[in-house]
Amino acid sequence: MTDTRQLAYIAAQAADARVNVELETEGMTLNIGPQHPATHGTLRIIVRLDGERVVAAEPVMGYMHRGYEKLAEVRTYPQVTTLVNRIDWLGSFANEVPFILAAERLMEVEAPPRARWIRTALFELSRIANVVLFLGDMGVQLGAVTPVFFAFRDREFVLNQIEAVTGGRFHPNFDRIGGLKDDLPKGWIEETRSVLGRIRTFCDEMEDLVAGNEIFEARTRNIGVIPADVGLAYGLSGANIRASGVDWDLRRDGDMGLAHGELDWKVWTHPDGDSFARYWVRLQEVREACTIVEQCLDGLPSGPVMAKVPRIIKVPAGEAYVETENPLGVMGYYIVSKGDLVPYRVKIRSASFNNVSITPWLLEGVYVPDVISILASLYFILGDIDR
Amino acid sequence: MNTLTLAVELAYWQQTTIRAVVGLVAVLLPAGTLVYLFLFKMMSFMQSRLGPMEAGPYGSLQLLAEVGKFLQKEDIVPANADRVVFKAAPFVVLVSTFLLVLVIPGGPDLMFIDVDTGIFLALAVSSISVIGILMAGWASASKYSLLGALRATGQLIAYELPLVLAVMGVVIQAGTLNMQGIVMAQAEGEIFGFGGIGSPFIITQFLGFAIFLIAVQAELTQPPFDMPVAESELVTGYLTEYSGMRFLMFFIGEFATAGIFSALAATLFLGGWYVPGLDPTDNLFNVIGPMVLLGKIILVAFLIFWFRFTYPRFREDQLQTLAWKVLIPLSLVNIVATGVLKVVF
Repeated sequence: MTDTRQLAYIAAQAADARVNVELETEGMTLNIGPQHPATHGTLRIIVRLDGERVVAAEPVMGYMHRGYEKLAEVRTYPQVTTLVNRIDWLGSFANEVPFILAAERLMEVEAPPRARWIRTALFELSRIANVVLFLGDMGVQLGAVTPVFFAFRDREFVLNQIEAVTGGRFHPNFDRIGGLKDDLPKGWIEETRSVLGRIRTFCDEMEDLVAGNEIFEARTRNIGVIPADVGLAYGLSGANIRASGVDWDLRRDGDMGLAHGELDWKVWTHPDGDSFARYWVRLQEVREACTIVEQCLDGLPSGPVMAKVPRIIKVPAGEAYVETENPLGVMGYYIVSKGDLVPYRVKIRSASFNNVSITPWLLEGVYVPDVISILASLYFILGDIDR
Repeated sequence: MNTLTLAVELAYWQQTTIRAVVGLVAVLLPAGTLVYLFLFKMMSFMQSRLGPMEAGPYGSLQLLAEVGKFLQKEDIVPANADRVVFKAAPFVVLVSTFLLVLVIPGGPDLMFIDVDTGIFLALAVSSISVIGILMAGWASASKYSLLGALRATGQLIAYELPLVLAVMGVVIQAGTLNMQGIVMAQAEGEIFGFGGIGSPFIITQFLGFAIFLIAVQAELTQPPFDMPVAESELVTGYLTEYSGMRFLMFFIGEFATAGIFSALAATLFLGGWYVPGLDPTDNLFNVIGPMVLLGKIILVAFLIFWFRFTYPRFREDQLQTLAWKVLIPLSLVNIVATGVLKVVF
């Protein structure tokens, strides 16, 4: 390269740099939340914007921290279920199950078969109650107001069924160490069957109205793509990771101690890993949950619903970790017992905390409207993040 | 053509007062009808709920209750806001609505002004609302408002073009820009020699009608084009900082504009105040014309709101793609086809 050409090159570079400096606009920092209609709770996301494009995003958690891990240390074991009900408040019963299972493992008690099967049915019903709302809410986040009303309408029937058994619509507090509080009420099985029919119709409606809508597809396809390895590295679980093509479901692959292993059902995955895949997988999972509940109702064994447990529950010293495939993903309880009435330490692994941790990676470079659709498709519950 | 034919000669101030009252009614009556009929009731039925039922028979007075509620609320101006601009913005938006109603004929002799460039004037003044929205967004001193206002501006500029081009087909076919002339052309027109129902342009200009409705949807910032107010992203966009009366004015502006644009669509494509089978110069139309027009407004608005309540919203770039790559080429094709057919037949 001759001297003149070199000089010209340098001059051109310098000119470019100068233009870039002159044209550079100052970015804008936008606080999405803690009070914002899209975060259904108090999640705060600080986004740095260049125009409408996100340069950097940072979730700030803890606005709803309620200290359940600490509170559990001064509650007896049966009392803890009341607390953990409120972690994922849309599918409360599913929160109790892993805790009770861990305590049962420490005490070396096993629930009778009938209790296990009813547990499985309620576990899956709370999955339906939880995910059905997501199926409608995703529409609202993208601007379609109607689906969420359908979701609330049909979720009501599921809540009624849960209430009929447990007495609580939102906070059942029904699971006991060694079994369940009560048996099923009379006529519940038939009613539940018809409710499952309704939920199936709802799923068809959502497939038509939301997943089949061209605008919805345009807004979710190839948006927020999570490759399987990145998802695993961030500890994603549940439908979020299955939508990335990872065929992993604790109900099938784990040791949950529920009746799932004796039933015939399928784990759904989707190869794309985008927002649409997450919606689609959850849609299929609701249908699959209906199948599971139906099979539970069909094959419900007879017998007692409570094992022999002492009236005052003292859990022997030891440690146990049980994780289950909850509606939002893997939920686990690590219980350390010193042989007392109360647990020495309870560590709660909730799914949403990990699911949200991927947002800084995922939101970089997307547009503001996609921030909302991606957050909606990751589907977190604030109580499940902050505990 | 006499602008307001009355049995007795009236003084100038009397005529002006009557015009002002009629203007208010012409803007607010369709707006109120649309809010009650569609926002309150149709939306509720679509979402399997009843909607307002308590205020008045079947909730029909709910609208008054809502207006009363908004009037009572505190008029909050954010501390950092540009107070004058912030307060003026809703009025600017309403001005465009009230100017639009001027050109829409309600009967053979019923219109506020009879200008030869009627539809041209309407399309020109409809853009004024963008200024109001930009004022609102900028003066609010809120990031959400600013983003919403910028989105609104980009969107309205993009959709002004297909709107105008869609109307071009009608203008070519009618051979006039005069709104009254367009109604007359539809009333007296024939379809292949059959004049029984006149020639409502929706039959020949169905493509123009579809493009017009889509563009109107975007002009009104309603779903699927409601990014400027996207409540799940920008809270409510440029409306975020408004409360009380000023919010109500934006709200009225939105629905009144929906009504006026429906009226425009009804006039351009559905024959306006005319009903087939009657003599369009009959004085009868001065009485039933407005009601016929209201009926057609409701018909068109039904379509607009049907989309509003079912569709998710586009992203900003997808919206621009739709406008520039689909709607504008389509409307150009429509103009060419109309021009060719006009010459051939």
